[in-house]
Amino acid sequence: MADGFCCTGCAAARATVEALGLDRFYERFVSDAGLRALRPDPAAQPEAAPFARDRGDGTATAHLMVDGLHCAACIWLIEAVLARDPRVVHARVNMTTRRLVVQWRGAPDLADAVLAPVARLGFALAPFDPARLADAGALEERRLLRALAVAGFAAGNVMLLSVAVWSGHDGGMGTATRDLMHWISAAIAMPAVLYAGRPYFEGAWRALSAGRTSMDVPIALGVTLATAMSLFETIRSGPYAYFDSAITLLFFLLIGRYLDHRARGRAREAAAHLLALRIQAATVLGADGTAERVPLDRIHTGDSVLVAAGERIAVDGIVQAGRSEVDTALVTGESVPAPAAPGTAVFAGTVNLSAPLTIRVKAIGEGTLLSEIVRLMEAAEHGRGRMVALADRVARRYAPVVHLAALATFLGWSLGMGVPWQQALLYAVAVLIVTCPCALGLAVPVVQIVASGGLMRRGVLLKSATALERLAAVDTVVLDKTGTLTLGRPSLIPDGARDPDDLVAAAGLAAASRHPLAQALINALGRPVAAADDVVEHPGQGLSWSAPEGEWRLGSRAFCGVAGNEGDTPELFLARPGRAPVHFAFTDMLRPDAAATVGRLHRAGLRVLVLSGDRPAAVARAAAAAGIGEWQAATDPAAKVAFLEGLARAGRRVLMVGDGLNDAPALAAASVSMSPAAAADVSQAAADVVFQGWALAPVADTLQVARAAAARARENLVLAGLYNLCAVPLAVLGQVTPLVAAIAMSTSSIIVIANAMRLVRSTRTWTA
Amino acid sequence: MDSLIFLIPVALILGALGLTAFLWSLRSGQFDDPEGAARRILLDDPRDDRR
Repeated sequence: MADGFCCTGCAAARATVEALGLDRFYERFVSDAGLRALRPDPAAQPEAAPFARDRGDGTATAHLMVDGLHCAACIWLIEAVLARDPRVVHARVNMTTRRLVVQWRGAPDLADAVLAPVARLGFALAPFDPARLADAGALEERRLLRALAVAGFAAGNVMLLSVAVWSGHDGGMGTATRDLMHWISAAIAMPAVLYAGRPYFEGAWRALSAGRTSMDVPIALGVTLATAMSLFETIRSGPYAYFDSAITLLFFLLIGRYLDHRARGRAREAAAHLLALRIQAATVLGADGTAERVPLDRIHTGDSVLVAAGERIAVDGIVQAGRSEVDTALVTGESVPAPAAPGTAVFAGTVNLSAPLTIRVKAIGEGTLLSEIVRLMEAAEHGRGRMVALADRVARRYAPVVHLAALATFLGWSLGMGVPWQQALLYAVAVLIVTCPCALGLAVPVVQIVASGGLMRRGVLLKSATALERLAAVDTVVLDKTGTLTLGRPSLIPDGARDPDDLVAAAGLAAASRHPLAQALINALGRPVAAADDVVEHPGQGLSWSAPEGEWRLGSRAFCGVAGNEGDTPELFLARPGRAPVHFAFTDMLRPDAAATVGRLHRAGLRVLVLSGDRPAAVARAAAAAGIGEWQAATDPAAKVAFLEGLARAGRRVLMVGDGLNDAPALAAASVSMSPAAAADVSQAAADVVFQGWALAPVADTLQVARAAAARARENLVLAGLYNLCAVPLAVLGQVTPLVAAIAMSTSSIIVIANAMRLVRSTRTWTA
Repeated sequence: MDSLIFLIPVALILGALGLTAFLWSLRSGQFDDPEGAARRILLDDPRDDRR
């Protein structure tokens, strides 16, 4: 291996880049210590051919998700590498959505050949069906942006005219000029209201036809009435028109809604991206021994599927041929791989570690254990569906009050005081506009945006709109062990009595294997080693190498001929002719900041416990090391759900943090859940919050931000309420002119936004 | 007062121009990849590098 490279992957990438004459990549590359190193992963080959589309003009296209994009240099490198291929017509990377579109001359099955150079550079590519991901969210966001632009344009111009009219009221503006101004305002505002108000009109209509009210109803009603009344006043040459209030209101509300949508869209996008990275194809062995990669939906029960070493198993089935070990951590939470031999049942989502396996398919897709777990998860999730966001709860109580106040104003003035009905209706509209939930509509979204933006910069994605609110109410934190409290992969326990050369010798053999314990040995050495030649892997047992003086063995106790019972930690032995066997013990290491984070959670007054599917001894050790007193071991997915339901019945609000497939139902059952970005896809789908990186601190950080955000949201609702308490009586008494309404509305919105911005400081200064 | 006859249409036309420009750029996909666009501008003309 060349000097100066961390691994063979980097050396290979550099060689590829140089061979193509693209050395300038290294001038462009901005080095950032926090970034994940790009390493070609044999398990991450593109496999785009089944998903490529023939365009009918002799070219084909493929859409791919790209993982590992960091900066402009990556865009440049990918596009430049693809452009060197004479077959490629067009290649474009979208940095925002992390997608790559490639078009090439030839048949769709050239896809893998075309994309192979990109995969060799270490970017993980996941093909997807563009039709499936053409999501309604992006369209809706665009529609909101267009509505926002129209409302902004109209609001600016109408406000300009209104200022003239307002000053005219004192300065003796002629009636004719005022009417002209009103007519121009009407001509601008009415089409704009019709266009920009659609999201609210539609929302109000949906709510009303479902027999309930929502925040959209008073907005739609207020805007419609204000516009209609203003038109009426304009026609009869009245002194006041409310066009500016109506359109400015829409403008402000659309800002809030657009930002809210965008923040959530980003999170949804990221989640979709993670989900697209799962396996979607498998190798099917035909009756005549041919192997073919096909998408999962073309595999049938009874087929034979070949799973290469290091590949994730895509189906449930029985092993037909081959001996290997299967990493079942995703399903059981067990960190030591389980042996697999003919007759063993294996499940979708687990990883085949040491040797190829032929599997007879018993279930695909819907029928797999994975889907069973998804169903369990969905059942648990129903319990959470009742949770309603704070703003919606307030709106539900508040909207009828607004409507009643407006109606009472109208009736009071027209019947009680005997003013003409037009005048009374004008007062009622003023009530609707002034109380109009501008501040209320902004109060919670603004807090959400500021909080979720701050969290996103720290690699924490909020997937659910109500997640922050539920997080703020949490009083118990339940942590999974494998992959959550710990890193989810074994690492060598240091032993001072061991000769350092033994480790070097063992790593020389281990370099030939992808087994987690072998990888742990190499990681423990901390530098790359060249694999010894002709090392033979005996699946489920170990590695052997014929040295001149006899056979070396690295593997299990029995394989190395060592007497005694297995220890309670995963272990390896190195046996060499004429020397005593060397013992290597492994443990699943805690995340580096696990104890510190647990300490922070305790200090925040939270009850912390561990719930794991692993063996009691391993759980007890991890819990003790992290400073957690309460733990439960050997719990299966159903038991985890039952345990959480018990906590819920006892009135606890539980935050569940977990990563395994076996945690997914529990994640759905808890009142709120978090999952690391390295977790199983299903777990990420179930979790409300996904966090990135090797640290556990985001759990405590997110809780802290959630509490601060909840406090700001409550303050904002109180501020908005106070404002209404002052403004409503004035409006009911008929004292609110359009000028007063416009000023009051803007001021209340600005106060609410300013209060929410205080969160920025708290997300910046939290303890890392 | 006479100036209003010119100024109001001028203000409206200028505003409408801005709005049209925005809607056009939105439709032609210029807001699809704001992050990539911000960084691509730092790259040289791609033809120098590629062929």
